[in-house]
Amino acid sequence: MATETTTPKPALRVPVVNYSTRVDKVGWQPQAANVTRAIIAVIIALVMLIPVVWMGMTAFKPLRDAVTVPPKVFFTPSMEGFVNLFTQRRQVSDAEVEALRQRTDLGFADQVALAQQQVIIGQSEFTRQIINSLIIAGTSTVISVVFAVLAAYAFSRFDIPGKDDLLFFILSQRMLPAVVVTIPIFLMYRQLGLYDTHLGMILLYTSFNLSFAVWLLKGFIDEIPKEYEEAALVDGYTRLQAFRKVVLPQSITGIAATTVFSLIFSWNEYAFALILTSDRAKTAPPSIPLILGSGGIEWSTIAAASLLFLIPVVIVTFVLRKHLLRGVTFGAIRKG
Amino acid sequence: MSETSSKLSGIETRVHQQPRQRQMSNTRIVQLFILPTMILLILMNIFPLIYSLYLSFTNYSVISDKAPEWVGLQNYTTILSDERFWQNFAVTGRYALISVILQTVIGFGLALLLRSKFKGSGIITTLILVPMMLSPIVVANFWKLIYNPSYGIFNYLLGYTNINTSPEWLGEPTRAMWAIIIVDVWMWSPFVMLLCLAGLSAIPEYLYEAASIDRASAWFQFRRITLPQVMPLLLIAVLFRSIEAFKQFDLVKGLTGGGPGDATETVSIRLFQLAFQGQYDTGMSSALAYIVLIVIIAVSNLYIRSLNNARGG
Repeated sequence: MATETTTPKPALRVPVVNYSTRVDKVGWQPQAANVTRAIIAVIIALVMLIPVVWMGMTAFKPLRDAVTVPPKVFFTPSMEGFVNLFTQRRQVSDAEVEALRQRTDLGFADQVALAQQQVIIGQSEFTRQIINSLIIAGTSTVISVVFAVLAAYAFSRFDIPGKDDLLFFILSQRMLPAVVVTIPIFLMYRQLGLYDTHLGMILLYTSFNLSFAVWLLKGFIDEIPKEYEEAALVDGYTRLQAFRKVVLPQSITGIAATTVFSLIFSWNEYAFALILTSDRAKTAPPSIPLILGSGGIEWSTIAAASLLFLIPVVIVTFVLRKHLLRGVTFGAIRKG
Repeated sequence: MSETSSKLSGIETRVHQQPRQRQMSNTRIVQLFILPTMILLILMNIFPLIYSLYLSFTNYSVISDKAPEWVGLQNYTTILSDERFWQNFAVTGRYALISVILQTVIGFGLALLLRSKFKGSGIITTLILVPMMLSPIVVANFWKLIYNPSYGIFNYLLGYTNINTSPEWLGEPTRAMWAIIIVDVWMWSPFVMLLCLAGLSAIPEYLYEAASIDRASAWFQFRRITLPQVMPLLLIAVLFRSIEAFKQFDLVKGLTGGGPGDATETVSIRLFQLAFQGQYDTGMSSALAYIVLIVIIAVSNLYIRSLNNARGG
């Protein structure tokens, strides 16, 4: 990924004797091999994207076309999946359909429903579940990043007795299987009345994200030269001022990356949400597998839900691509 | 100010700072900064874990009104002498082993392919990385459609066009396991690739040049330069993935729910069923949770140690 040539060496414009050119001509890396490699890589990337692309296609298929034998690659796009995802509908008789057809005030969603002989009678729960996901993921991310910046700074800059043990303790929170952690939490939440509440999920996700965020941010703050703060301290800043005016602005990239990673992790989280919520605070991940249609599984609807749920993450992956390595290894590994 | 300033915080404040009002000492700052994190982690993790350690020695169910009844080590002996639990561990182990090996090989292969840059290689790399960022449960749920024996595309892509003879992936014990492994490998090979790419990019070019001058074969270069240089990061990737595979819950729950029978019943799935379905056997499931905990701590210790080695080296 990263090439090692980025360190600028000013003023040293000595003509470089390039030994490597001669060796290259001996030819262990001919052009053809490179082209083959590129082609294979492109093919693999395309194959790996098939499931995601198929999801996108299924989302726009009419309900019938999602389950044809053999699977249809070409189809007339339809919004049935999306309309069904967000609405509750009622089956209507042919006569009613005729009557409704005459009306001119039908919205787009109504027409899509009508094509399936249905009328919309209300909103589905999916909107609320997505909003729950947003609230819980968003709030827990903000709290955990704020806490983590403070802790990471302290761990990065000060000698704390038992620092390695504390850091290991923090990281170890992330190593436990969710179900193991959930059993006692479940009991505790029932006692405290936190079961199936936003607050309960926010608290849990915050502690879940904290461990990761502390490690990631510590890595970023470690890279800010200590001298900057020391200069500020000499200039008469207090520690806190130096932290606020020197360290925080310098770690904006790290904070942004950590925020987005925490968001993704709590957005994607399934086991806690499955066990600790039932209705009010239910998020999208445990809900999507439960989407059922009136007659059998409506795969277009499921695909529509999945697509809406995954698209933000795909976009973010591209935005974050420079920090992915750090993010997925808890900040342990930085660019080689 | 020097490195030692933080150590000698008390002295330093007095010496350096002329009469400035109410400056917080460094110790104070450290405490203030670390406390929120620690309090939350202790409340949300340590306390529950101690509670469940107690429960693991009791006969207790959340759905009954009876108070926990102390039974000593009985839950542990039941688990360790029950064949089905050993079966769960065997399933988890087999799944973790096969899937981590495949991820390592494929991930390393991908990294070698994408190592030298070409036009668009950045985009290709990011595209390949997309699966690992997605929500496992949502992805697994959709793979059920892909695996469907009559209208799923998986069989068609493999060339089975007759639905009467095409294999059923999720309904047959051995294939169900492979179905899960395939999705896991699809999601997580990119992770291994990402780490390997980082390792590969750090190998100094002169090593290869020197080897070429000595007319070392490509295989020799791979075995004596590439492999050893990437090894630390590869090891981290493997350990990371092993821990995650051992914890595997979402994918299995989404694809098979542990079935058919108990063919894909991993430890996490069993734990979930024991704790939150049927009898809600809280005591027994806490004991199983502790056994899992011990295994995970052992593995993650190994992980941390090799991580530190890799960083130091």
